[in-house]
Amino acid sequence: MTPDRPDEVSEARRSRASLTTRMLGSDHLAGWLFVSPAVVLIGLFGVLPILWSFVLSFQQNDLVTPGVWIGLDNYRRLAHDPMFADSVRRTIVYTLLFVPLTLVGALAVSVALNRRLVGMRLYRTAVFTPVVTSTVATAVIFLWLLEPSFGPVNAALAKVGVAPQQFFQSPDQALYCIVAMTVWGWLGFCVIIYLAALQGVPRELIEAAEIDGAGRWRVFRRVQLPLLGPTTLFLVVWLTINSLQLFDEIYVTTRGGPLMSTSVVVYYLYQQAFVFFEAGYATAIAYVLFLGILVLTVVQLVFGRRIVHYRS
Amino acid sequence: MTSPAAIAVDPSALERELRAERRWRPSGWHLVLIPIAAVMLFPFFWLVMTSFSTLAETRTFPPQLPHSLQWHNYVDAWQTAPFARWLFNTTLVSLIVVVGNLIISTLAGYALARVRFLGNGALFLVILATVMVPFQVIMIPVLLICRGLGLIDTLGALVAPNLATAFGIFLMRQFFKTMPVEIEEAARIDGAGRLGTLVKVVLPSMSAPLATLAIITLLNVWNDFLWPLIAIQSEPNMTLQLGLMTFQGAHLTNWPVLMAGTVTSQIPMLVAFVLAQRWFVRSLASSGLKG
Repeated sequence: MTPDRPDEVSEARRSRASLTTRMLGSDHLAGWLFVSPAVVLIGLFGVLPILWSFVLSFQQNDLVTPGVWIGLDNYRRLAHDPMFADSVRRTIVYTLLFVPLTLVGALAVSVALNRRLVGMRLYRTAVFTPVVTSTVATAVIFLWLLEPSFGPVNAALAKVGVAPQQFFQSPDQALYCIVAMTVWGWLGFCVIIYLAALQGVPRELIEAAEIDGAGRWRVFRRVQLPLLGPTTLFLVVWLTINSLQLFDEIYVTTRGGPLMSTSVVVYYLYQQAFVFFEAGYATAIAYVLFLGILVLTVVQLVFGRRIVHYRS
Repeated sequence: MTSPAAIAVDPSALERELRAERRWRPSGWHLVLIPIAAVMLFPFFWLVMTSFSTLAETRTFPPQLPHSLQWHNYVDAWQTAPFARWLFNTTLVSLIVVVGNLIISTLAGYALARVRFLGNGALFLVILATVMVPFQVIMIPVLLICRGLGLIDTLGALVAPNLATAFGIFLMRQFFKTMPVEIEEAARIDGAGRLGTLVKVVLPSMSAPLATLAIITLLNVWNDFLWPLIAIQSEPNMTLQLGLMTFQGAHLTNWPVLMAGTVTSQIPMLVAFVLAQRWFVRSLASSGLKG
């Protein structure tokens, strides 16, 4: 933050101006004029919906007829809904696989990409391209790659003597296929962040460690890796938030199936709202999800800050 | 929650690296990098190959590459679904949303960072609070509000709720907070108004944060799926992603045509990415946001 020089200047001006000019000609009016489009839009499509959906979560509401106030019933029902509990469990399993796999993968790839070589631009483009590919397209492509009868992955497995797999059509495998697909989709984003952080590591630090006789691995482990701490913490938080909100890929590939094996929290929420028209129940789920995200984020940040080394 | 803009990265270093001179040196790293690139690119390779195959070629095991390029898959895709219309819709919506965000976030971010007005601090806290709320929490009321405004199943429903984002305002405010204030003060003492100062003095030095905001907003709107899915029903009003999803439902077993449609839907963004990769990478690196 910059020192508040403008305040001193406006402070001086203020003392000279009369009350009326201060209110009309100066900062209050100008400030509110500048923020007014944002205030209207954020108010209408941000703040109002937050309050409204809180009210909705205490109602039985089918989105068509007027809602009926039912108090805490939605939350009580949620606590005893085995399908919701299952969707939470699946979301946790997904997150516990997706976040570490993406992070470790991205770290390894960005270390490999962090050097000057012929063809590096091409390598980087290859890794970055999934970032701009839409979730829908990613899902459609992976449906075809993992198609049980004619897909190339089963063909590759056959070459090494593995029997064809059912992938998205198997209740035991579908969620893992979603993990693989989303790791592919998110890797490039994390690599971009890691690469920027790796290149922010001062060269003097690495050279100093090398002069002290540290090998490449020790330089990475003792110098670069600790300096990546804040970046890693940011990515852990960001990936977790996004993986708890997984929806697009599920909708396009499996619609929560087979046998509900990929029905994660947001997919369950979507079904409640737009298939069964239980909008009140769905917003209760959304608020519980929000709470879960908030608690997890705070826990990650508190514990993360203890472990992570911040450069002063 | 971590503010996305708060991580310590230096985008210009990454850029320098990307532009760095390339000398040919034999290196063992190629043995690592080639398989990585192959794994990342194979899905695209297979997508394009299948889009040029005959239906029969996609029904053989093991699969094979097309013997000749079946361009008619693309003709079939374009004739059975209004991809041009979807592209137009997506482009129009993205354009309006990006421009809207740039203007509204710049004005609001500038006022929040620079102008002392009654309620500044409280307003900033409210905006910050909405950044943290997941879309699933607000989507049903937003749907009801759009219905009340008569926007449901129109492109307006895709524009209005996205026109100003708390994230954009936050990003611009942070930018102004880190900018030296002296030049602006000089302009103001010379008699320029707030808006004049912003447009004539500040705007010229804002290309980097504006590009970041534009690219992040573009990626979010262009590839958005959940909101179009619940806000749009009729085919002529769909976006590319929503259209692709319905197209997939209609061509489940015709993989060549489905893949031709998928290629079509992804080409505009891929071309933009290849042409402006430097800006995309820099923007993502400096803001740290996707989806």
